[in-house]
Amino acid sequence: MEKANAGVVIVGAGHAGGTAAALLRQYGYEAPITLIGEEPVAPYQRPPLSKAWLKGEADADSLALKPVEFYGEVGIELILSVKVTAIHPAEHRIDLSDGRTLAYDFLIIATGARARALPIPGADLAGVLSLRSAADAEALKAALRPGKRLAVIGGGYIGLEAAASARALGAEAVVIEREPRILARVACEVLSTFFTNYHRARGVEFELQAAVEALEGSGGHVTGVRLAGGRVIPCDVALVGVGAPPNDEIAIAAGLECQGGIVVDTHARTRNPDIFAIGDVSHRPLPHYHRSFRLESVANALEQARQAAAAIAGRPPPAQEVTWNWSDQYDVKYQFAGVPFDVDEILVRGDPASGKFAVFHLNGDVIQAVEAVNAPAEFMAGRQLIGQRRPISRTRLADTTISMKEVAA
Amino acid sequence: MPKITYIEHNGSEHVIDVKSGLSVMEGAVKNNIPGIDADCGGACACATCHVYVDAAWVDKTGAKSAMEESMLDFAENVEPTSRLSCQIKVTDQLDGLVVRMPESQH
Repeated sequence: MEKANAGVVIVGAGHAGGTAAALLRQYGYEAPITLIGEEPVAPYQRPPLSKAWLKGEADADSLALKPVEFYGEVGIELILSVKVTAIHPAEHRIDLSDGRTLAYDFLIIATGARARALPIPGADLAGVLSLRSAADAEALKAALRPGKRLAVIGGGYIGLEAAASARALGAEAVVIEREPRILARVACEVLSTFFTNYHRARGVEFELQAAVEALEGSGGHVTGVRLAGGRVIPCDVALVGVGAPPNDEIAIAAGLECQGGIVVDTHARTRNPDIFAIGDVSHRPLPHYHRSFRLESVANALEQARQAAAAIAGRPPPAQEVTWNWSDQYDVKYQFAGVPFDVDEILVRGDPASGKFAVFHLNGDVIQAVEAVNAPAEFMAGRQLIGQRRPISRTRLADTTISMKEVAA
Repeated sequence: MPKITYIEHNGSEHVIDVKSGLSVMEGAVKNNIPGIDADCGGACACATCHVYVDAAWVDKTGAKSAMEESMLDFAENVEPTSRLSCQIKVTDQLDGLVVRMPESQH
């Protein structure tokens, strides 16, 4: 098909979409770039929303990916408060919720994920919140102060970070988790125990193996979380953090292959050569593990933004990264890298009681994943070793008198 | 506003006015200067904002925390003047600061 110089259209103005737009210009791409977002604001960083921002330690300016003038200066057209309603791949065209239709040469889908709603009575009460957007964070922050009680439904990272921030703001916090331990889907038991103890020591309560049956309210506002069995946990605000399904509906409707996320290759390209998908919405190869997976992290969003921008701008592809992420809770710096596939041994380096340790997930003598608590050397060396697929000595790895430099040597 | 000179690995120079209170990393990222990735946004969690501080400015940029030191230990092509630019706060005293970027942050 003849290219009409319609340039790149990016659907979704989050961390991934905003970064892809900026990188295209940085890489010398000169055709038009259009960035379309549903939210009323220019791209911003989401990680601080449950961390520094929620505690009042970061302002809107510092959240913004780029100053708002940037987009005009480099010729990126920003279309905000608009949803993309359909993609027509054969015609290289998309439909917008404001009735417009836009042509593209290349399309980047960066629609992200959305907070999973609880299909239970009372989920629509005022004060029942989720945490994905700046507006969500604003609502949560307004509700957290001394004398108020936050109930977190779901013991994942967002919920735990919010609980820690609530305590910092003087509010009470209780975490309600369906599984027998928090972080059950995303971290090993050593980490679950460490974080449970750390939060408990700072006044957070836990309800484990607790099925939530309903949210109770009075005058249209939430007043408590009812568990199976009838017990009610009182609260002034409830935060639901029980996962985030991908916003891949428009891709499915357009006939793009999806498997719980839009299927892409190592260049972030979908099965259609002119359409890319990046960030939380994509289902991507993990070459270090010979598998595909949907990752939900900033590191993933940025890596794929670099892949798509490089492919479109005609630059060599960036090196494949080892996926990683981090979480800040109180004064704990938690960093993790890799994915614990095919693990036959979990090795703990250091003593969790000391507040500084790392958990290595091994397949034979090869590190598959590392979870590091206040242990940046273990994280950095672990991430490099995962990428190199190089065997290490388990005995030396377990011995904290041998530095990570020496273990990795 | 303090002026900071960012020099890319290929020698391209960018002289930028950076508001006091921002980090040297934010000054680069907000102005779309290539060479500083800052994947974690300034949480000292990723070591992708590595710079070499010009020798004349090393003392004025302050000391590294243990966290920064450990992260830098495993970054590529580290030199004695290496810093994570998210950990250097811009102040009036840093007017004229010169930093150079490594070949790659990944």
